[in-house]
Amino acid sequence: MGEKDAYLLRERLPLLLEAVQAEGYECIGPQWQNEAIVYDILNQVEQLPHGVQVNQYPGEYCGEIHEGNVRCFAWANGPQALKPFLFAPRETLWRVHRDNDGRLQFESATPEAPKRAIFGVRACDLAALALQDRHFLESDFPDPAYAARRENLLLIAVNCSHPASTCFCASTGDGPVAQAGYDLVLDELDDGFMIQAGTEEGQAIMARLNLIPVTDGHREAIEIQQEKAHEQLRQVPGKQLRDALFANLDHERWDDVAGRCLSCGNCTSVCPTCFCHSEEELAPLDGGSSEHIRQWDSCFTAGHSYIHGLTIRQQTRERYRQWLTHKFGSWHDQYGRSGCVGCGRCIAWCPVGIDVTEELQAICGSDDA
Amino acid sequence: MSDKPKVAVHKFASCDGCQLAFLNAGEALLSLAQQVELVHFAEAGPMNPEARVDIAFVEGSICTAHDEERIQAIRRNSQYLITIGACATAGGLQALRNLADGQQWLAEVYASPEYIDSLATSTPISHHVKVDHELWGCPVNGRQVMGAIRSLLHGAVPVVEQDKVCLECKRQLNVCVMVTKGEPCMGPVTRTGCGAICPSLGRDCYACYGPAENSNTEALGEAFRQLDVLPATIGRRFHFINSGVEPFTAAGQRWKRDE
Repeated sequence: MGEKDAYLLRERLPLLLEAVQAEGYECIGPQWQNEAIVYDILNQVEQLPHGVQVNQYPGEYCGEIHEGNVRCFAWANGPQALKPFLFAPRETLWRVHRDNDGRLQFESATPEAPKRAIFGVRACDLAALALQDRHFLESDFPDPAYAARRENLLLIAVNCSHPASTCFCASTGDGPVAQAGYDLVLDELDDGFMIQAGTEEGQAIMARLNLIPVTDGHREAIEIQQEKAHEQLRQVPGKQLRDALFANLDHERWDDVAGRCLSCGNCTSVCPTCFCHSEEELAPLDGGSSEHIRQWDSCFTAGHSYIHGLTIRQQTRERYRQWLTHKFGSWHDQYGRSGCVGCGRCIAWCPVGIDVTEELQAICGSDDA
Repeated sequence: MSDKPKVAVHKFASCDGCQLAFLNAGEALLSLAQQVELVHFAEAGPMNPEARVDIAFVEGSICTAHDEERIQAIRRNSQYLITIGACATAGGLQALRNLADGQQWLAEVYASPEYIDSLATSTPISHHVKVDHELWGCPVNGRQVMGAIRSLLHGAVPVVEQDKVCLECKRQLNVCVMVTKGEPCMGPVTRTGCGAICPSLGRDCYACYGPAENSNTEALGEAFRQLDVLPATIGRRFHFINSGVEPFTAAGQRWKRDE
């Protein structure tokens, strides 16, 4: 699939939304809210962030609305990727109550898993989703909540035309053009969208749109746009940094970055591949029942390395090193590739603007081991 | 603990706001009354300050010589002593006087300061007696106090909440006010427990839950400076509610010195 492309004129964009809605999907799309691009329920295309452009720098995210600019996807990304829609920030896994005979009765929680379509997904987000799939699904114990939501997901990707200064997906090999994992993929131009299907479901939706053939002019404009999107300011110093990182566990840069790092966990929360969580019990005063709750955690908390009376990673130096050596190091052993897809969220949403590509360069670039 | 454990709620120098965590608990308050016997809780009615209890909640800081005696007696009469709120846990707003000339403030504020008999300092309960568990916040909320009681009723150690507000803020999918609006948000150094209330409403956290574990106040202060916040203002942010606890005491003083 994908070889049969077509063109959706801009004024016909509502047809795409209607076609997806007609399939019974709750539609989610990017919107400009609270000074950022966020995903929210999309009832009509007017809600899309028309004319919004975003400047992203380390620790800074600043949008501008250009009146008269018709484009809806002329920005790189917002703080949320697909992660919250699949790996919920907080959810009940199971419940337990004491029956009349005093015995404990356990029951699984039924995960909330509506049929959901997400518009405006980026190549980096799709790459991250593939990694989360490996973690949550491709094991002996697939996660039922994640699986139920994944099953009901329809993905409408839009190739990134305006990477931010914080983006480095070209260097990780995950973008800016979506390679796989979508049902439909669009390339946005001023007068409309080139559209291709990645699945049969995507094809069926395409068949219901009033499409025209792609012209040579469109093709050329898209080619130039995609080429330009590959020109990114930042890059990782290599796709395989495991050996360089583990050879530099005592590098002085770990102390340097620990002086700047707030150990606040924002980088891991916005990271589309981070999957760490903690679990807790929520019980009423009478002790007759309890809910077992899972919520996002981070390797930057004390609890993350707490093992029976001892917090192994007490200081930020060890916590930052854990995050980097896992993400870019031992992830290769676990999942066959680096855990970074180059979305740059950890750079933009770090309150003190720590740049992961700069830290990697400092630590791995001077590898003399 | 006894079959129906006895609970007391004591008050020292404070605004009474933390006691509302009990009074505003709604249905949970009825359940609480079934599980425990509230033997002393002046704001709610029961008065028996000298009673021996299983759990004593203490609101407020130690500000007078009489306070110093009372807290010793409460400790002797209580199996578990739990502080509630910034005053009892860190000395409260009134601990600002520890860093200033309290006598001069008295003279400036009161027409007849000679009637006021207070200590030169406002100090947390833990400076005077052993505290078994601390609940941070200005004020604390019902989830915290009920959670602590629930744990003790069932023989468990109450969970210590010590992570940064940012983690909860991101779980709620809030957009960061520091990164988008340049607000000097204290979330990255502040203890969780409030549910990230302020950032959820689009404003910056002002650290009413006190310092989180492993807080880098130095780096956050420098980041505020980069946002063009004046040094004295940065100092006041660290000293606003919890000036009496490190690392906020030192961080505030450092920025006030740079004024």
